Amino acid sequence: MDAEASVEVHDLKKRYGDLEAVRGVTFDVAPGETFGFLGPNGAGKSTTISMLCTLITPTGGWARVAGHDVAKDPLGVRRRIGLVFQDPTLDEYLTAQENLRFHAELYRMPKERTAQRIDVVIEMVGLAHRRNDLVRTFSGGMKRRLEIARGLLHSPRVLFLDEPTVGLDPQTRVNIWDYIQRLRDREKITIFLTTHYMDEAEYCDRIAIIDNGEIVTMDTPDALKAAVGKDRISMRTEDDPKARAELGERFGLEATSTSDGLTFQVPGGEEFVPRLFAELDVPIVAVSIARPTLDDVFMNHTGRTIRDAEASTAERLMTNPMVRARRGR
Amino acid sequence: MSTTATTTLQAGAVPDIAPVAEHPQGATWIDDLRAATVVWKREILRFRRNRLRIITSLAQPILFLFVLGTGLGSVIPTGSHFHFTTFMFPGVICLTILFTAIFSAVSIVWDREFGFLREMLVAPVRRGAIMIGKCAGGATVATLQGIIMLVLAGLVHVPYSPVMLLELIGLMVLTATMLTAFGLFLAARIQEIESFQVVMQLFVLPVFFLSAAVFPIAKLPTWLGTLTRFDPLAYAVDPMRRVVFNAVHAPAKIRKQLSPGLSWGHWHLPIYFEIGVVLVVASALLGAAVYRFTRPE
Repeated sequence: MDAEASVEVHDLKKRYGDLEAVRGVTFDVAPGETFGFLGPNGAGKSTTISMLCTLITPTGGWARVAGHDVAKDPLGVRRRIGLVFQDPTLDEYLTAQENLRFHAELYRMPKERTAQRIDVVIEMVGLAHRRNDLVRTFSGGMKRRLEIARGLLHSPRVLFLDEPTVGLDPQTRVNIWDYIQRLRDREKITIFLTTHYMDEAEYCDRIAIIDNGEIVTMDTPDALKAAVGKDRISMRTEDDPKARAELGERFGLEATSTSDGLTFQVPGGEEFVPRLFAELDVPIVAVSIARPTLDDVFMNHTGRTIRDAEASTAERLMTNPMVRARRGR
Repeated sequence: MSTTATTTLQAGAVPDIAPVAEHPQGATWIDDLRAATVVWKREILRFRRNRLRIITSLAQPILFLFVLGTGLGSVIPTGSHFHFTTFMFPGVICLTILFTAIFSAVSIVWDREFGFLREMLVAPVRRGAIMIGKCAGGATVATLQGIIMLVLAGLVHVPYSPVMLLELIGLMVLTATMLTAFGLFLAARIQEIESFQVVMQLFVLPVFFLSAAVFPIAKLPTWLGTLTRFDPLAYAVDPMRRVVFNAVHAPAKIRKQLSPGLSWGHWHLPIYFEIGVVLVVASALLGAAVYRFTRPE
């Protein structure tokens, strides 16, 4: 294994006319690390991954993947990476095995190793019994698993997973993560993934939160949550508007109304709740304390929830480069 | 790291994770050749698997040959020793090749729509290799369809002469390559499957009709005769027609009327010149298609 980072990115930028999709991101991913890009749709995750995979060329900065510059040696990068895209890229009129064979040829794997390697990866994703069936007969989860197997077939140094579970049902999502974790343990490769699911980012060793084309913060999920330093308190009262006003006046806290009542953040939640009961004039019906989540981390750094961010960046999504790359432009 | 370490598939074995770092350097063209070959194989595999497509794409040429050919033959005086369907035969072979080649080439739009094009475009090979494989695949499939049409030769009074058959197959390969390249060139601009109909109406049908594949060029009005000479397919139809006429007994008058050969002004083009035109157009179209598909974003 190389001692140096598997992925090195310095001030990487991508501009489409007036739109700055990526505004200069800098980060390193260590060998064997699982690194996640977390952010709303349209934040620049897919653009970044497309640049690292040499699908689109950066307009500024540089990036090296597995020691090769993405702009100067795209073929060198492509040989050493595996890719699993948001959208399926399988030939549905070929069998699972034929899809893998096609890939082996494109990546010029030594012929004597191909058959054995296909056995390994197809077994790993639990599709060995369906290897001779046409892919069009597969479910969405099976297709995604086959794509992961294919991404690993040529033993890449870095595996890129762009929203690996998007569009799958919750059960299948859990299964896919099961496979990803298993392969991380078995293949010991570097994984770079993007997701807009907070719970999935928890699987990463380290995450970078990206919003509007910039990295707003980057650390381990635990460290990010600890840095928030506040717990989230949700409560229901007999008069929410009045309680909300009192929270502002007496404690200087800004609460937001949700469909379940009120929610706000405060340091040391356990110590705060007794004060709340003692000092609030409005009777409290129910209260709960939650440790900070990655959603809180996102909110802390951007001032909005990831769901609100998705809505406001909907128009940016229209110019998503992955959509264009799929169109082959 | 070394690839010589053998791995066994026993339970709990660590899988072979030797990376491809030992990839032979400076042998990119071998990668490209292997990539082009596998793309070509995929086209053949998909063609063989789609029996319905093989049959349906023969329906149209058969209608042209036996229904249109017989119908027109009943009003065009060719004497009792020559059948108009014989004249139609090479043109209808071109029709078969045209539609199969365009359909194969435009399948790259389907590949794009269903994502498989991306699998090909991110591979560590030059995109030109992918396009050449795709072109070779489409041309092979179109030639195979044309060969199936050759089986019908006897029904339109064309003898199964081995020399003629070989010459026709050679011309078919050339024609199919040019037309597949034409299809790829068009496909580079097609962003949605729905545009396929537009391509057929605006480009493919005019190319077919202006090639004079189903009517004689001897007495065309000037405007149509001129347009015909600008249609590259005309330079593929004419050699095939000459080859067929050389293999059948046709009275001199009929030959002059139905297969006079293409001419520029008073210059009667030699068959090798016509073949040259097809080769040049095929290379130019393929080059343009590769260029259109390989521009980086």
